[in-house]
Amino acid sequence: MADIFELRDIEVWDGNMAASHALRQAQVDVVAAYPITPSTPIVENYASFMANGYIDGEFVMAESEHGAMSCCIGASAAGGRVATATSSQGFALMLETLYSASGMRLPIVLNVVNRAIGAPLNVNGDHSDMYMGRDSGWIQIDCYNPQDVYDMNLVAFRVCEDHGIRLPAMVHQDGFMTSHTAQRVKTLSDDVAYDFIGEFKPMNDMLDLDHPVTHGVQTEEDWHFEHKARQHHALMSAVLPKIQEAFDGLKALTGRQYNLVESYTMDDAEIAIVCMGTSVETAQEVSNELRAQGIKAGVVGIRVFRPFPLEQIADALKGCKAIATLDRSSPNGTVGALYNELAGALFNTSTHAVLTNYIYGLGGRDLTKSSIHTIYRDLQANAQAGSPTTPLQQFIGLRGPKLSFF
Amino acid sequence: MLEIRWHSRAGQGAVTGAKGLAEVVASTGKDVQAFAFYGSAKRGAAMTAYNRFDDKVILNHEKFMQPDYVLVIDPALVYATDITANEKENTVYIITTHLSTLELIASQPKLMGKKVFTVDCIKISQETIGKAIPNTPMLGALMKISRMYDIEFFTENMFKVLKKLPQKIIDANMIAIERAYNEVK
Repeated sequence: MADIFELRDIEVWDGNMAASHALRQAQVDVVAAYPITPSTPIVENYASFMANGYIDGEFVMAESEHGAMSCCIGASAAGGRVATATSSQGFALMLETLYSASGMRLPIVLNVVNRAIGAPLNVNGDHSDMYMGRDSGWIQIDCYNPQDVYDMNLVAFRVCEDHGIRLPAMVHQDGFMTSHTAQRVKTLSDDVAYDFIGEFKPMNDMLDLDHPVTHGVQTEEDWHFEHKARQHHALMSAVLPKIQEAFDGLKALTGRQYNLVESYTMDDAEIAIVCMGTSVETAQEVSNELRAQGIKAGVVGIRVFRPFPLEQIADALKGCKAIATLDRSSPNGTVGALYNELAGALFNTSTHAVLTNYIYGLGGRDLTKSSIHTIYRDLQANAQAGSPTTPLQQFIGLRGPKLSFF
Repeated sequence: MLEIRWHSRAGQGAVTGAKGLAEVVASTGKDVQAFAFYGSAKRGAAMTAYNRFDDKVILNHEKFMQPDYVLVIDPALVYATDITANEKENTVYIITTHLSTLELIASQPKLMGKKVFTVDCIKISQETIGKAIPNTPMLGALMKISRMYDIEFFTENMFKVLKKLPQKIIDANMIAIERAYNEVK
């Protein structure tokens, strides 16, 4: 039996440590991992907890990320609670197996510490890997600080293992900006955290020899479409209500309130920034500064990226006159993904805001408050004109001549 | 908001120092951040670490900072890196060196007219801890100059932060902190 880890009510943890403790408290049966910067400390800390007697489960050192996720898939199909962590190129190497995990309806929790994807080689934070996962059939929950990482890991287990869902979940945090930034984290005791998640109840597990099942079968045009449709149906209909229920449970337990869409001073906002990760909070700080000057600015943070809360986002932006979508991933040939999502969310609604797109922060480039002020100034001009006063897509924080398209 | 920038070489303990300080400050109810720029992250490479402290929740995640305090824990970085980058008019510098403050300013004219304090954290850590880990003594010097906390309160809380280390190492760190507190000029 694993030892209880005595935690202080408030710990000073970086995002990686917060994830490690959440995995420990979840009493995961199998963690199979191949560490990669900046997610390395998640499994490194976990291994040290194990060596010190705080973990009963298995820790498997795999030969690659492809192997790590393959082990996770095997262990999950066998009937265990399973989790791991990765970043960037490691995530890319997992990609094939990510589709297997979701298609086989295996509730694995994957901590993705967002990092740029080379070439050129870069270890710092951007959202390239998160965006790469968006069609993979996983639930994707986004964090803005280490407290979020701790809480969202607990939520992820509770949601994805529900028998009405059985889909894997990624918990995203920004490489270095969250993963290596120590902040205050309010903790739960081991018992309370475990009870919040609940005991793992296997379903169709391969080690239930009295009820033999087959996993990972072949289906051609006869059944493939129906399987994929069922998977999509579960994502579309069951997940958001279950996440909301978990958020409500967490609020009752801790007082901390999370929302599918994190609206910040949006009630009467005329101009708004929509973004993800640590940028959400920096934009909140800037919007506070603008509010103090009487400017009706707001921020909409994406908390759940997949399934995409299309209706809730459209609702949050109702009445806005100008909106900027911020994408921290090179769209390589089109508008940013978040721009596309927002255009899709708002198109058939009565909100006819001017919608523009900013590409920022690639490879860890700093998103300064000064850049966010510039964006809000553009938005004010757009709101006043009622049409775009800038190109549709601009690069912000880029050195050299201004770059923009459309 | 109080903002601190550390200049260090990878391996000298600036990140540990920044995190330790954050733990002490967090225990008083303030909100905290401790982070670093790692770059190529090779032992010995010049690097910077950062702290933010505030009574309000800290929402700002930008890396850009105009520090209130600049803590330099490797003597050569005064000459090898831009320790005055993004300074404010009243930025305070606490610098590890074997030189006196006057000698240091003469050797690096950029520091002329600025609030500069010196302490030899390398020597102190070598004589107390037994190796050149100048992070904890720098915190003692910071307590003296900033008057952030009483030295008794600070050492008591640093003791809790370090409690997983062997007793001998903890004791040596406590002596190092107090020596730097007394010796910074």
